[in-house]
Amino acid sequence: MDSDDEFNSSGSEEDFNNDSDASFGGGDDDSDLDMEDNDIGFETQDKDIKKSKQKYEVDFQVFGPEQVQAQQDNQIEEVGNILGQPPEAAAILLRHARWNKERLIESYMDNTDKVLESAGLGEAALHPPKIEKVKGFTCDICCEDGPGLETFAMKCDHRFCVDCYKHYLESKIKDDGEAARIRCPGDGCNRIVDAVSLDFLVTSDKLRDRYVELLTRTYVDDKDNLRWCPAPDCENTVECGVKDKDLPRIVPTVHCDCGHFFCFGCSLNDHQPAPCGLVKKWLKKCEDDSETANWISANTKECPKCHSTIEKNGGCNHMTCRKCRNEFCWMCMGNWAEHGTSWYNCNRFEEKSGYEARDAQAKSRQSLERYLHYYNRYANHEQSAKLDKDIYLKTEKKMTQLQMQTGMSWIEVQFLDSASQALQQCRQTLKWTYAFAYYLARNNTTEMFEDNQKDLEMAVENLSEMFEKSTDQLESLKVEMMDKTSYCSKRRIILLNDTAENLRKGEGLVIDLF
Amino acid sequence: MAAARKRILKEYTECSNDTPPGMKINFDEQNMTEWEILMDGPEQSVYSGGHFKLRLTFPNEYPFKPPVVSFKTKIYHPNVSNDDKGSMCLGMLRPDAWKPPNKVISVLHLVRTLLIEPNVDDAIEASIASEFKDNKKGFEKTAKEWVKQYAK
Ligand SMILES: [Zn+2]
Ligand SMILES: [Zn+2]
Ligand SMILES: [Zn+2]
Ligand SMILES: [Zn+2]
Ligand SMILES: [Zn+2]
Ligand SMILES: [Zn+2]
Repeated sequence: MDSDDEFNSSGSEEDFNNDSDASFGGGDDDSDLDMEDNDIGFETQDKDIKKSKQKYEVDFQVFGPEQVQAQQDNQIEEVGNILGQPPEAAAILLRHARWNKERLIESYMDNTDKVLESAGLGEAALHPPKIEKVKGFTCDICCEDGPGLETFAMKCDHRFCVDCYKHYLESKIKDDGEAARIRCPGDGCNRIVDAVSLDFLVTSDKLRDRYVELLTRTYVDDKDNLRWCPAPDCENTVECGVKDKDLPRIVPTVHCDCGHFFCFGCSLNDHQPAPCGLVKKWLKKCEDDSETANWISANTKECPKCHSTIEKNGGCNHMTCRKCRNEFCWMCMGNWAEHGTSWYNCNRFEEKSGYEARDAQAKSRQSLERYLHYYNRYANHEQSAKLDKDIYLKTEKKMTQLQMQTGMSWIEVQFLDSASQALQQCRQTLKWTYAFAYYLARNNTTEMFEDNQKDLEMAVENLSEMFEKSTDQLESLKVEMMDKTSYCSKRRIILLNDTAENLRKGEGLVIDLF
Repeated sequence: MAAARKRILKEYTECSNDTPPGMKINFDEQNMTEWEILMDGPEQSVYSGGHFKLRLTFPNEYPFKPPVVSFKTKIYHPNVSNDDKGSMCLGMLRPDAWKPPNKVISVLHLVRTLLIEPNVDDAIEASIASEFKDNKKGFEKTAKEWVKQYAK
């Protein structure tokens, strides 16, 4: 497979670095994957030197709004110089070409008139847009007529009164957030209202500001290597060289300066180690099967021994029935003692074989059971991550108490914060490993994946259990807890690295999105 | 809005001169932005024999925003929401597809056409749409039952 070569050619994890011009890769789609190493690409003025990159991590850069504006301005200037056009015209041309600089320059050289014309700069520039009074005209929008009525039309000759034309543009800009690609108001007409006509008709300052803001947005929307941070109220943009076609084999998690981790491929929250396509499929399945799955994910269960109702009130899976003191595992409802000594395969769905599977009914029941097995664990971690969040809020109080009881400083009680963060991050990962495992065909690599999953599961469970201890026990547990925290993070990195490597090589893990 | 008033009046004249078959428009000059439409189920459709009441509401932004169509009579149809709104929102009725010169008369024709031939690719009720595709008999049966129950 030549695509394998593409991924492995530079023999390092630096394949996916990129510079701002990555998407203009000279017409060859693949060229930007093989770029020069940039190990020295960050400034080391800070004391803490950036950790070396893990295999599952990709290169990316975060930009604020001003930097994005500056990028645009640079490109406008550059293209303007090349084409011998003033900046305003270069900007119109670039927007029209969806910021594909290479293609614009090429087609401009090929057929200048045609490019100018389709961007609305051709004849429109020679005959600037003008308002006309037309004899016997009735506006098809407001039904007004009369000889004094001012009208406007583009080259397509769909003529309306100026008030209606303006109102139409205002409604598109203000209500629908459109700017660069507003269509002619004419029935069935797809002609884009060109920038010159827009400039001519959009006259109020407020609307112009909004229009300019929207145009800036289209810059990011049009560029494959840029994405808005999806966090509410965040105005940052992230740049990353991973292409859509890479997504089956790379999970490009990026980290915005605002603190939000998200997937560059699909803009959803971080879903390492599962690839975007699988995530989409899984979420759709969960939605479709939500009724069946709802009762499973419900927050209460019956004690397997005495059948009294038990509510889960922490992230830990080690449950103790308040009534009969039965200790069991929340996920598989199995006896806890068996987990404690030798963690049996709580994470693995034992495929049933034999005659049962031949029975069609049993088969469909088994496929539901199989789904519920993974869904149950997926939902469990989702739920636990939320609960761990609550626990952290309570623990913040505990941290204060601990300080007062022991004389520890605020810095010294931060280990609880680190533990809480590690728990949430690991649960987020674990959650997606179950969705992932659901779609994996059985083979040796899958078993290694599940071993990694099991190790992380166990590490998280241990830390989570310790996390719920009372304040007076916490001081003596500090060192152990810090160990367990870093062990958790280590297990997570191992799982993610192994999985990323397998995915990237395109061998081992066989994903079957049946 | 004064401009919309003139246009709505003109559209009413247009519609009453050329009302689609089986439709009747109740127009109130005091409340021009809400039309009541009485519609007979088209003969060649499963809704034949039913009498449906619809409301057509003109938003403040009309004609820059599309009119809103809602079925006041319950109807079993993939393109009509199965709730108390009974809304229909597809084709030219979608805000991004609507163009200001589009007319209500075309909307009325669209509604009638959809009763004869539902658009399953742009359905608001996915389950009714898949029944229409996979089990036409079952769909027709329920649709007719609903006509009997709600649209007589
Ligand atoms: Zn007009
Ligand atoms: Zn036009
Ligand atoms: Zn952000
Ligand atoms: Zn994704
Ligand atoms: Zn019990
Ligand atoms: Zn278990």
